[in-house]
Amino acid sequence: MYGNDFGTPSDDPGRGAATDAPEGFDELLATEGRVEPRDAMPEAYRKTLIRQIAQHAHSEIIGMQPEGNWISRAPSLRRKAILMAKVQDEAGHGLYLYAAAETLGVDRADLLDQLHDGRQKYSSIFNYPTLTWADMGAIGWLVDGAAIVNQVPLCRCSYGPYARAMVRVCKEESFHQRQGFEILHTLSNGTEAQKAMAQDAVDRYWLPSLMMFGPPDDDSPNSAQSMAWGIKRFSNDDLRQRFVDMTVPQAEVLGLSLPDDAIAWNDETGHYDFSPIDFTELFEVIKGNGPCNQQRMAHRTGAHNDGAWAREAASAYAAKQAARLVAVA
Amino acid sequence: MSTPRDSSPTPLRSSGEQSGGGPVPSADVLTGRLFDYVVALADDALVNAQRLGWWISRAPQLEEDVALANIGLDQLGQARSLLAYAGEVEGAGRSEDDLAYFRDERSFRNTLLVERSQEDFGVAMARLLIVSAWQSHLYAALRGSTDATLAAVSAKAVKEVAYHLDHAGRWVVRLGDGTDESHARMQAALDAEWPFLEELFDGSFIDPTLIGDGVAVDPATLRDAVLSTIGAVVDEATLTVPDVRPALGGGRSGRHTEQMGFLLAEMQHLTRSHPGATW
Repeated sequence: MYGNDFGTPSDDPGRGAATDAPEGFDELLATEGRVEPRDAMPEAYRKTLIRQIAQHAHSEIIGMQPEGNWISRAPSLRRKAILMAKVQDEAGHGLYLYAAAETLGVDRADLLDQLHDGRQKYSSIFNYPTLTWADMGAIGWLVDGAAIVNQVPLCRCSYGPYARAMVRVCKEESFHQRQGFEILHTLSNGTEAQKAMAQDAVDRYWLPSLMMFGPPDDDSPNSAQSMAWGIKRFSNDDLRQRFVDMTVPQAEVLGLSLPDDAIAWNDETGHYDFSPIDFTELFEVIKGNGPCNQQRMAHRTGAHNDGAWAREAASAYAAKQAARLVAVA
Repeated sequence: MSTPRDSSPTPLRSSGEQSGGGPVPSADVLTGRLFDYVVALADDALVNAQRLGWWISRAPQLEEDVALANIGLDQLGQARSLLAYAGEVEGAGRSEDDLAYFRDERSFRNTLLVERSQEDFGVAMARLLIVSAWQSHLYAALRGSTDATLAAVSAKAVKEVAYHLDHAGRWVVRLGDGTDESHARMQAALDAEWPFLEELFDGSFIDPTLIGDGVAVDPATLRDAVLSTIGAVVDEATLTVPDVRPALGGGRSGRHTEQMGFLLAEMQHLTRSHPGATW
């Protein structure tokens, strides 16, 4: 979940710290003004934002893996090119977001260290495996769809650099979501085997996508403070409902079913009803017990460790070049 | 989409066909030879893209994930243009995907250089330096091809590979002139790739008529320029041009390394499991 706060209550730096707001800060928030890097801000606000933006960035980086898994096997050269471009975009989103986090006085390398040693998390969704090509469609349509629902309100988040990064990210995510829809549409209108592949992918990704919005509101201790600070605009359950309302009609267009018999339009609420979610699985995945948690981290830390010599070489070379320039001058 | 083709190996030409002094070749034979030439260039780019794709999510830093994806995409784009053109030249209705997914390794014409796995960053950069130096000079020359399509594809590609060459060159210099460890690793990488350089200059698979008519470029004529481009980078990187014997080539005739079959098995598996499907 991209763009949500999926920390546990114990890492909440905001507890009891809301009273230390510098002069003018509350007013700025009340008038929907943007907080910029040089503005005074409560320490807890700063820490919460660092955590959320960093974890959003980490999600983009880990999120390269489930789709990267299919680059070598994409079934047409056009699809291969689209998938490579998409995974490239995700690395780019990670870069924007780390840059946004750095405006809060942290260093990208430290944030990556925190990802690598498990102190910071990434979205639960990327701990699920991509088992067929249709998963590229389901991820684009459902996972990126959920990410967009989560992230669009962040374009109005109170912290300026994060909000601006989100404007750029959301444009590209919308494009990815349409591409995912198109993959599923093609499969769903293809051979029987392709249609079955598409349905299976949607069946597997539906609940994990709903869980991307985080725990239910009555079990989401950080939400109230984030909403008061203008970091979060809507509750987890509101966003989840919005996602369901958006997705059900799209599933009809695709000719695919969503794996929940309870989905039905409710005239009274003006929303689609859906079955209550058992969040046990989400909490297990967040704790590290999902299907791919270990694999994703091993891949990420493996790449980081294997590349250390090249990064060290780049630093050493840059230092030598700087010294040479001084010597010439 | 069309159904899979017979993927039995294309017969290798007899020596009589290759010599320039025989009977005047028929139009069909010439078409076949242009097809072979275009496919060879396409396969270099396609297989190179496939190997570069492995790096996405595995690079030493995020900027490099972006760069290698970008270069892989450029290579894939070149492969697609060339394969689509090869399909046209052949006139049998084969699409870029038919050519990419429904040929076996004995029908692929890429050089051995690009097909071997490259799971070491130094090796990846050494190879990218060699491939992009070669492609830079090749595409620059092919801009003047008397074949309008080859000239147009090359005019676009030459701009892309200039970026690839710059990128690879900068990394080879950083790694070569970085730490003791990176210097040693970069030299080892260059030594490992160097034996496969010579095959790039082998033009024996190209019909001399194509070269004579100004359609194709004889790769032997690129040798000095390519070696000079690479040599300048190697010097700046404080590395040594390897003194190693060339490996025997064979890629242009469809005689590949043992890794090629695995690369294709992975690349083609899904498409071949659903013949005739649209994706």
